[in-house]
Amino acid sequence: MVPPPSVPVDAQAQPIGPMDQNPPQSTGHQHARFIDGLELECGATLKPLTMAYRTYGRLSEAADNAVLVCHALTGDQYVAEVHPVTGKPGWWDRLVGPGLPIDTDRFFVVCINVLGGCMGSTGPRSARSEDGGEPWGTDFPPVTVRDMVRAQALVVSRLGIDRLFAVVGGSMGGMQVLSWAATFPERVFAAVPIATASFHSAQNIAFNEVSRQAIFADPDWHGGRYWQDGLVPARGLAVARMMAHITYLSEEALTRKFGRRVRTDPAAPTGNGAGIGLFGEMFEVESYLRHQGSSFVRRFDANSYLTITRAMDYFDVAADHGGDLAAAFAGTSTRFCVVSFSSDWLFPTAQSRAVARALNKAAANVSFVEIETDKGHDAFLLDEPDFDRTVRGFLSGCAEHAGLA
Amino acid sequence: MRLDQKLIAEMIEPNTRVLDIGSGDGSLIEHLFRTRNCDARGIELDMGEVTRSVAHGLPVMHGDADTDLAHYPDGAFDYVVLSRTLQAVERPQEVLRQMLRIGRHAVVSFPNFGYWRLRMQLLLRGRMPMTEVWGRPWYETPNIHPCTVRDFFALCAEEGYAIRRWMAVDDKGDRAPWRRSVQLANLFGEQALFLLERRSSPVSGHGARGRPSPVR
Repeated sequence: MVPPPSVPVDAQAQPIGPMDQNPPQSTGHQHARFIDGLELECGATLKPLTMAYRTYGRLSEAADNAVLVCHALTGDQYVAEVHPVTGKPGWWDRLVGPGLPIDTDRFFVVCINVLGGCMGSTGPRSARSEDGGEPWGTDFPPVTVRDMVRAQALVVSRLGIDRLFAVVGGSMGGMQVLSWAATFPERVFAAVPIATASFHSAQNIAFNEVSRQAIFADPDWHGGRYWQDGLVPARGLAVARMMAHITYLSEEALTRKFGRRVRTDPAAPTGNGAGIGLFGEMFEVESYLRHQGSSFVRRFDANSYLTITRAMDYFDVAADHGGDLAAAFAGTSTRFCVVSFSSDWLFPTAQSRAVARALNKAAANVSFVEIETDKGHDAFLLDEPDFDRTVRGFLSGCAEHAGLA
Repeated sequence: MRLDQKLIAEMIEPNTRVLDIGSGDGSLIEHLFRTRNCDARGIELDMGEVTRSVAHGLPVMHGDADTDLAHYPDGAFDYVVLSRTLQAVERPQEVLRQMLRIGRHAVVSFPNFGYWRLRMQLLLRGRMPMTEVWGRPWYETPNIHPCTVRDFFALCAEEGYAIRRWMAVDDKGDRAPWRRSVQLANLFGEQALFLLERRSSPVSGHGARGRPSPVR
């Protein structure tokens, strides 16, 4: 495996416009500010707007080699480098880097923290006004996936990129890919929506609602104003993450990884429900989920979780086009590669197939691949050689059609 | 590239939009893109082939001739190709209709069940014939709808398709010299290849005809 670049190749040499690029800010994340802000679909305006992002590789002179990577619900812009907060490798350093399928020797890769996120972009944790003041918290206006995409488009333009060579993303990142292709078709040469759907299903909304209710039920929630007392609804957020994490896996994957194995965990905290096991034992899968939950609360804001899950729930590309998904892509010249995973039951193949068929109906150029795997929804983040080959081959083929060197 | 694919490629005008149904390893669409600058795409049922094709940079989608053609708009392609697959689909007649709905031309190749060796085997042995092309026993063959050259002519007449070109090739892959005699071609041609066009008047109730193709 190629080690991720610890320092982005080209962090210091951004072709940025006249605006203040990196004023000192408490977040410390590389970002762009937009004084005029962004009017959201709900009618509210976020002003000013701050969008945190990272780039890898070098933008060509013609600015025609940019690949926008869109992150999922709990991801962020640190796609291919050690994360400054968690110290962990980039979430897609398997796929993005020199010589990798999204090759930073060839492409200029941009990844932007989503609007409503908590890694430097404007979100519920941001101050309400320019001169500071208290955070938005639960008063943060509802954002949509399309708002996220419109905010990204501002950053892309600021970077001097008129048309993106490709937009790539999985899960909620895939929703953004579809939204990009529907909203700015002329700005997207190739689109790779992975493990995603054109709308959030009732089942997925239901899972999100359970996550949200877990957060609300935390005694430290304090009506969303938990920051006032220096608290976080850690237990609620951890439960939300644990539940969601199950949906990212599959029964086969859980069985393969944990089975019914039990471990003795004398260090397990008493209270906190740990006492229900016999003789201080717990199933390995329980231990795994608790770890997932507790590590998550250290890097993620509960109000951001609420804002972003809501944006996913609202997502329905066809709804903006009279319920006809094909109409959303009518006349598109974007080349699509729709990818699903056979054991993904959160965004099952049938939903990707529906997207592919709608694209057929719009006479779009579409490739559609289902990758055989038992790893569930999370497969797009894991080692899947067929998936890697698919992304690499599709992008290379498109580069040839785009006339990229 | 297979011989029948080379012959198919010769039937296709440059700079056109082509859909290859059952695109296999994608060699035909790659050939059409590289040598004729066609916007060529594929549909393939075997997921391994799909992944290999896409990984090779070719636009191929996982799908089935019997069910997925219905999702394409009228006149989306200049040519729709079905090579050596017609005999294996569930509903050949419906697949042909869909091909000529979504494409201006249909290019169809199939192994000829009227080939003399097959006839001889059935006549002399009284068993289902087995040859290189028809290489699997009756109980496990995917080829559930074999037909002869004459059968295909009859179907085209019934459906009102105009046959623009046709040829039969022998087992060595040479073009058969009996181009003027359907009877001889049906006896000596191991494979047949047809270029069809729908006649100007609609032959079935599928959508609006003559609508301008979507410009892409």
